[in-house]
Amino acid sequence: MQLIKAKGLCKSFGDFIAVDNVDLEVSRGEVIGFLGPNGAGKSTTMKILTGFLEPDSGDILINNIDLKSDPLKAKEFIGYLPEGAPSYSDMNVLEFLTFVGKMRGLKSNLLRTRLGEMANQISLKEVWNKPIETLSKGFKRRVGIAQALIHDPDILILDEPTDGLDPNQKHEMRNLIKTISKNKAIVISTHILEEVEAVCSRAMIIANGKLLANETPANLEKQFANKDIITIKVFNKINDVLAKNLKSSLNYSNIKIEKLDKDTNRILVSDAKKAPDLNAVLKQVNKFKLNIIEAGFVKSSLEEIFRKITTTNASS
Amino acid sequence: MKIYLEKTYIIFDRELRGYFRTPLASIFLLVFLALSSGMTFFLGRFFERDQADLTAFFAWHPWLFLILMPAIGMRLWAEERRSGTIELLITLPVTNMQLVVGKFLASWIFTLIALILTMPIWVTVNYLGDPDNNVILISYIGSWLMAGAFLALTSCLSALTKNQVIAFIISSISGFVLIMAGFNLVLSSVRSWTPTWVTETIGSMSFLSHFSRIQMGVFDLRTLVFFVSMIILCIWINVQLVQIKKAD
Repeated sequence: MQLIKAKGLCKSFGDFIAVDNVDLEVSRGEVIGFLGPNGAGKSTTMKILTGFLEPDSGDILINNIDLKSDPLKAKEFIGYLPEGAPSYSDMNVLEFLTFVGKMRGLKSNLLRTRLGEMANQISLKEVWNKPIETLSKGFKRRVGIAQALIHDPDILILDEPTDGLDPNQKHEMRNLIKTISKNKAIVISTHILEEVEAVCSRAMIIANGKLLANETPANLEKQFANKDIITIKVFNKINDVLAKNLKSSLNYSNIKIEKLDKDTNRILVSDAKKAPDLNAVLKQVNKFKLNIIEAGFVKSSLEEIFRKITTTNASS
Repeated sequence: MKIYLEKTYIIFDRELRGYFRTPLASIFLLVFLALSSGMTFFLGRFFERDQADLTAFFAWHPWLFLILMPAIGMRLWAEERRSGTIELLITLPVTNMQLVVGKFLASWIFTLIALILTMPIWVTVNYLGDPDNNVILISYIGSWLMAGAFLALTSCLSALTKNQVIAFIISSISGFVLIMAGFNLVLSSVRSWTPTWVTETIGSMSFLSHFSRIQMGVFDLRTLVFFVSMIILCIWINVQLVQIKKAD
């Protein structure tokens, strides 16, 4: 079931178009990674989805409730961590979470239970009674996550949840997101690509306010595979003679043979003038009776894909 | 309706406690008590007047509030906008009206606490003589209403900026104009180019003339309506400003 359905979102500030006709659908169990350079429109889109900003045009359904016509009802289903995880620095963690919980309409019994769960799940016990202004960046971010989760919402919108955390904390945060993602629809924004590979079921790449890609990370890799270089992994020892024969039989200008370990080698085929033909290359290699383990085009890393998508758009 | 009021109360409660979480509350109360009694005894010549009333005490309130109410109200929205917590507030299932009213009431009740703490001066005057306690009660109510108008104005203006100091300055200046609205200083600047009814309207908005009537023990409906409608108008503008300026 789709918990977020947004269609044709547009938002501009004066002449600057921040969000340009963005469509978005998120179902229960999905984690969407919002990727984009700084200023691409990620935060603005999230602010629109949470009801903080009104779009210039476009419609948003939150759990089938129209955000425009019934914002109070729709907002009940959303937990939101704004960029920078703002909180009331003069309150302590317990007071702050109690405040948000009450505003979310939790009755005292349920609130007490949820506070206990937050303290454990998000490891806030040791700072429970400390003023938020004295906490480290990592704890502040966790407090922000806790306030977004306090009412156990169906939809979580997290703007850069791991920004400013150390590697261990990042790892914990990703694990937390994975654990809670089973029965929620989650949208996170990030510019860390490994994060998308680690936790997201779908990546949406946004630049200059436009949605440029909306795919699973694996599909993106396939789609943006580097069609200019063929890689063939073989379970064979390749000596100098064999290497020479291989190179002469393959009619391409650039052939490299890399030793991966004792028994496996990788043959990389590319050409300065034309893209190599995978079938033809395989046919040739087969003649040498090699044990081919893997063959295909060289995969681009998500980082390369990201750069490719966002820079070609910027220049066009 | 119950939930509506409940949420307003939660906002109110957080805000009021917020004053006491920092040294702001104690410093403010100290300064208020020191200034109000200092002005009464030294500038107002409380003893030399040889009269058992609190005229010397209340006469200074408009001027005192001119500085002190902006000091209480300047953070109400400017701070939310500076720290980004406004995003949290607005994405909660509440209306802007609930937020504005809750915050305003917190600052207004805080002022009530400050006024109640000036009770010793009332006790003193009762000990020394036989004042008209009705007049004093009316003056207290009037003073609190006027404080409310100052606060609603400050709250409204603090939504315009992320900077508390700017909020303080524009609130004080606007407050000064409103205090002086009945005087030639303000009226002469508009009389030449506006129709008479505009000049009269501005003249009737003077905080000082409304408050001086109260001080004499005359609590007419006009004054009540004036301060209350001033508060309501500012709250309404406040709600619109929060909506317009929240994302800037």
